[in-house]
Amino acid sequence: MTNAIEARGLHKSFGRTRALDGLDLTVRTGEVHAFLGPNGAGKTTTIRILLGLLNKDGGEVTLLGGDPWRDATALHARLAYVPGDVTLWPGLTGGEIIDLLGRLHGGSAAKSSDVKRRDALIDRFALDPAKKARAYSKGNRQKVALVAALASDAELLLLDEPTAGLDPLMEAVFRECIEEERRRGRTVLLSSHILAEAEALADRVTIIRDGRTAETGTLAEMRHLTRTTVEAELAGPVSLDGLAGLHAVDLHAVDQHAVDQHAVDQQGTKLRCEVDHASLNDLLARLTKVGVVALTCRPPTLEELFLRLYSSERTVAGVPR
Amino acid sequence: MTSPVPAGLVGTGALTRLALRRDRIALPAAVYVITAVVAGTAYTFKKLYPTAASRAALASTGGANPALRFLYGRLDGTSLGSLTTWRYGIWAGIFAALMAIFVVVRHTRSDEEAGRLELIGSAVVGRQAALAAGMATAALPSVAVSALLCLVLPFTGLPAAGSAALGLGIGCCALAFTGITAVAAQLTSSARSARGIALGVLGVAFVLRGVGDSAGAGGPSWLSWASPLGWIQLARPFAAERWWVLCLPLAVAAAGAGLAFTFAARRDYGAGLLPDRPGRPAASAFLRGPFGLAWRLQRGSLLGWAVGYAFIFAASGAAGKGIGQLFGTSSALEREFTRLGGQAAITNAYLAALMLLAGLVAAAYAISVVLRLRSEETGDQAELVLATATGRIRWAVSQVAVAVAGTVLLLAIAGVAAGLGYGLRAGSAGPEVARMTGAAMAQLPSALVLAALAVGLFGLLPRASVPGAWTALGVVVVIDLFGQVLQVSHWILDISPFTHAPRLPGGPVSAEPLLVLCLVALTLAAAGLAALRRRDIA
Repeated sequence: MTNAIEARGLHKSFGRTRALDGLDLTVRTGEVHAFLGPNGAGKTTTIRILLGLLNKDGGEVTLLGGDPWRDATALHARLAYVPGDVTLWPGLTGGEIIDLLGRLHGGSAAKSSDVKRRDALIDRFALDPAKKARAYSKGNRQKVALVAALASDAELLLLDEPTAGLDPLMEAVFRECIEEERRRGRTVLLSSHILAEAEALADRVTIIRDGRTAETGTLAEMRHLTRTTVEAELAGPVSLDGLAGLHAVDLHAVDQHAVDQHAVDQQGTKLRCEVDHASLNDLLARLTKVGVVALTCRPPTLEELFLRLYSSERTVAGVPR
Repeated sequence: MTSPVPAGLVGTGALTRLALRRDRIALPAAVYVITAVVAGTAYTFKKLYPTAASRAALASTGGANPALRFLYGRLDGTSLGSLTTWRYGIWAGIFAALMAIFVVVRHTRSDEEAGRLELIGSAVVGRQAALAAGMATAALPSVAVSALLCLVLPFTGLPAAGSAALGLGIGCCALAFTGITAVAAQLTSSARSARGIALGVLGVAFVLRGVGDSAGAGGPSWLSWASPLGWIQLARPFAAERWWVLCLPLAVAAAGAGLAFTFAARRDYGAGLLPDRPGRPAASAFLRGPFGLAWRLQRGSLLGWAVGYAFIFAASGAAGKGIGQLFGTSSALEREFTRLGGQAAITNAYLAALMLLAGLVAAAYAISVVLRLRSEETGDQAELVLATATGRIRWAVSQVAVAVAGTVLLLAIAGVAAGLGYGLRAGSAGPEVARMTGAAMAQLPSALVLAALAVGLFGLLPRASVPGAWTALGVVVVIDLFGQVLQVSHWILDISPFTHAPRLPGGPVSAEPLLVLCLVALTLAAAGLAALRRRDIA
């Protein structure tokens, strides 16, 4: 099957500001794709280009096999969108807006299955549909847009920071819903700040920086390319000389009196470091030669990947990276 | 530590300065316009009615015409001051009250609804400080209007005491509505409804005194006493002033302020005293497309406009009967009168001017509806709609269709109401309704040209669309209302689309200019829509 979204070298400027500077994005049909980046990196601009609200200045973009600018209306019938900052019409109720958006999508509210789905979602998100939009909090406005999008039978969901205003309970409901959508075979592009959410939900991830794609791939692939954090307590001093691919090494001797009263004159060692994938085996060989007392070895969290991409020159928690 | 101000009012000074800073253009402009209208009227009357006899003649005709009394109020005496009070006392009071209503809501409930007061409320600011600042921001220009009128009117030759009574009457009317609006802003959680309540009170006040003022002997003339607008003339400026009447609006202002402060101290932030009624949990069948949405968003305000149009044009139409007699009261006007062609021609000229006014105000309505497109775009609601299978053109055309339908409705109401008002008094209701409806509809293409200009700007120069469209309307209003008086060149008069509409009733009709105007409107709208297809949505 073709890709749901295929963007190559997207460029977009607003006056002198460069919002997108050669962005690439591939979202495969049927996957949940996390789209990550800090504020101002170009996430919303990208989504607006995908929606045909903005016209690209350069590059190629295909959405569901069509041109998002030229075929906007036809493509919109097949997708649903949740903006990051949901503004509603203050005089309309949440229920009215959900129905209106559903009908604008071309869905018919008359179908009883649709009505059931809508009502079930309203229930799950604990939304009061009879309230006027002016009385909704930010989280509740977000829920209105989410329910409208999830109740539609669109094949592609474009979600721009959809959980920004939701409480943890509702966030859990949201995750369940996205899991269900994945099983139903819908494609989801999820722009987010919440990395744990992306980690839990996404099949693949694209991280952008300054309008350009910094990393893309599955989480496993991205981890493979990156470093594992190793924390070890060793029986004696260890030499790491000649080992390539070590980073942020923190090695110091510890007094082992408290640990082992019989080996009074023995000096233990504590090691914390990050190691490239290729060097992991060599490092472990050195460590076991000395004798391992305790060892934790974990792949980088998405948060660490993210921070490393964005703060390559900075230091995090005193550890030079 | 004891503070010199009550805890609820801490920060009022800073908030008032902020509000005055935000309104630094609008408030002086409003004060200037109100003062200039009253002083200008006094000056014009001096030119038109220099002799006591001419003024007495005007008083015996205009002052006796019940429809004019409905619109302007009662005329006490025949002095220049009395005529000025009659012609613009109540209307200046209305302008001042409108200023107070918009200012108070803008700095209280609007800010609260938008969440701005939440940020401010978390600082060292008392619970009632925003309310106090909003009222102060409205009271200040009201007092300024009074002071300026007291100072300026004597220069036109009016007695100082009467000038003070008129100036204070107008300013106190604004203060009364400051108090009324302060209460309205506590009642509902929506700024729109708060404004609606206050404007409703103003409308009722106008009608109450209108009925009271136009009532003949034995009629319910006491109704005027029930209206803050009536008090301006009941204080009898320039005709044995009754100063104590000025205490009435001040009492209303004080009572309103007291009530509002009590409410503000008790209620929750963001809440109103009237509970929010729950709405429909599901959309009606009508709310299904962009047109249904546009209609739903516009229908409330259209109803308000329609009611206002019906009242004003029925009364103004009724005033047309016997309008010609007014012209006999001034020798300067009499020359003009014979030049124009006598009684029937004068009546027609009056009704045609009325229809021009209906067209200009309808154009303002149409522009406001079209520009909703822009506010939906900048407010991001457009994004929600345009991300659905709704195309830009359908979205924009739906809003424009509502604007056109509303304009047609308003002009039809103006024509029917004016026709009924005039026809019932002239004894020929049927033919007058038909004639006046036609005359009102002749203004439609011109009004639509201005609406289409707003569409064009929205598509081509979205950022300039709001100031651009309103500036265009302002230029057209100045040209149409003052162009001929100022005898400006024909080139300038031709800028206004209303110059090209037939002067009806009474003038010659030809289809050609109407068709050209329609063509211009279509071209402007089409250019705007074509540009909308190609541009980025903000």
